Amino acid sequence: MSEPVTGISREDVVHLAGLARIDLSDAELDHLATELPAILEHVASVQEAAGDDVPAMSHPVPVDNVFREDVVRPSLAPADALAAAPASDQQRFLVPKILGEG
Amino acid sequence: MTVETLVPFEEALTRYDPVMGLEIHIELNTATKMFCGCPTEFGAEPNTQVCPVCLALPGALPVVNAKAVESAIRMGLALNCEIAQWCRFARKNYFYPDMPKNFQTSQYDEPIAFDGYVDVEVDGETFRIEIERAHMEEDTGKALHVGGSTGRIHGADFSLVDYNRAGIPLIEIVTRTIEVPPEKAPAVARAYVSHVRDLIGGLGVSDVRMDQGSLRADVNLSLKPKGSTTLGTRSETKNVNSFRSVERAVRFEISRHAGILDAGGRVVQETRHFQEDTGTTLSGREKSDADDYRYFPEPDLAPVSPSREWVEELRATLPEPPAVRRARLQADWGFSDLDMRDTIGAGALDLIVATVEAGTTPQAAKKWWLGEMARRANESGHDLDALGITPQQVAEIQGLIDAKRINDKLARSVFDGVIAGEGTPEEVVVSRKLEVVSDDGALGAAVDRAIEGDPDAAAKIRAGNLGVAGALIGAVMKEMRGQADAGRVRELILEKLS
Repeated sequence: MSEPVTGISREDVVHLAGLARIDLSDAELDHLATELPAILEHVASVQEAAGDDVPAMSHPVPVDNVFREDVVRPSLAPADALAAAPASDQQRFLVPKILGEG
Repeated sequence: MTVETLVPFEEALTRYDPVMGLEIHIELNTATKMFCGCPTEFGAEPNTQVCPVCLALPGALPVVNAKAVESAIRMGLALNCEIAQWCRFARKNYFYPDMPKNFQTSQYDEPIAFDGYVDVEVDGETFRIEIERAHMEEDTGKALHVGGSTGRIHGADFSLVDYNRAGIPLIEIVTRTIEVPPEKAPAVARAYVSHVRDLIGGLGVSDVRMDQGSLRADVNLSLKPKGSTTLGTRSETKNVNSFRSVERAVRFEISRHAGILDAGGRVVQETRHFQEDTGTTLSGREKSDADDYRYFPEPDLAPVSPSREWVEELRATLPEPPAVRRARLQADWGFSDLDMRDTIGAGALDLIVATVEAGTTPQAAKKWWLGEMARRANESGHDLDALGITPQQVAEIQGLIDAKRINDKLARSVFDGVIAGEGTPEEVVVSRKLEVVSDDGALGAAVDRAIEGDPDAAAKIRAGNLGVAGALIGAVMKEMRGQADAGRVRELILEKLS
């Protein structure tokens, strides 16, 4: 994956907030611009412990090939599937317009 | 919208060399989705094939479909790829409501298959297309854009989303950059997509229907000035829904890029949408921050590490390679090299195979698919397999001709009827009253009238000049409104005038 992040600038925080669609105030941006690097620095100690001979892990236990058979299981009834949606129409999820945010 | 100057294709190639990359997405035909047990039927009522996993409800845990992995490995092997010893899924994060999770489960730098190739043929010449990777992912839901005037995403007030398709197993096949003789680029792109369709179709792992979206092609293209080694900025054209469109999209983008570069402009890296009706492409969205997908390994899914034994077992299930199959079919059918080239160029190989299997001779199958059907495909802008007629129906129509119930000319009307959805060939023959008159009494009467109507021709035939029989046959066929067997009419005329 990507190289380990060594530092996070205020611009990086603005960029990340934009990607995550989070509207942050200037004060919050200032705060996160100091807090995020501190968190990363803290976690970076793990990298010191693991040498080059230790492969990166994505799972806490070694487990491969967890598969299921290609057998159909019942789906939800449409009414149940849509029950938690804020809005629906024509048995479809109604979502705000997709383009238009720039 | 800025008006772009297009440079004619041939002229563009005098100054620039095209560099292509092709991405093909193939929906697998597994019974269930990639990570849950929901069914995958095409055309089901909206949101009837969804569950907590594919709707991303809290606490739901995805599990990989074994059959999809098997299909992916077989596809990788058919594409002459290496199969990964160990690979993972990754989350591709983006905000777009076609995926309820706010990410698509895909593979990033650890694809299941990589470093392959296929050899495709254009005008008898072979081009090797290198495959960079083939990876597993899941399809997205379908959004219906409501409001605005066009039904398109631009100007819509809101969108309605159906998640039936979200989570259907998808394999994405990515080529390395393709550089071929510039004038061949559009045809090579088309041949590649057609080749992959046949190859994957032969594995039985997908319906590979471009018209239904189970095979979708994206065309990436850039130009570099002649003699330069610096790659230009590329555009990515999506929505290319037929082989013919692949070829047209490449041609159009070459003309468009050349126009921009000639004017001293810069090509914008963006997604473009192919317009079937005009053969042009329209700007989609510009590549920007939004394409910073922040991939990371999917923590909810275990890595996949196919054993070498399994891979070899699957290799043993592969059908014969395309080149071997073609040589065998050519020999079986007695086709010339040119026949074979035309067949492959038209994307008709599997259609002819199926027609022959349904009982038609190879020559007759070729005649219909490369003649009448190719003409219709060309006129309507469809691929042969999207005309609305199946090999079985073509075989049935040829059977009606062989039984002398219709003739070649009437068969065209039967094709019209079948394509228009009027029923089976048999039903169309009945409802359109197309059956030839085989009753010798009725035919004989028409022959008598034709002889009376053209005594000169009759006299010449009596004198042994059979060359003028055509005039009388024509008169009879006209009276019968084409519904007669011309061979039988000729026999009757010669009998009566002998």
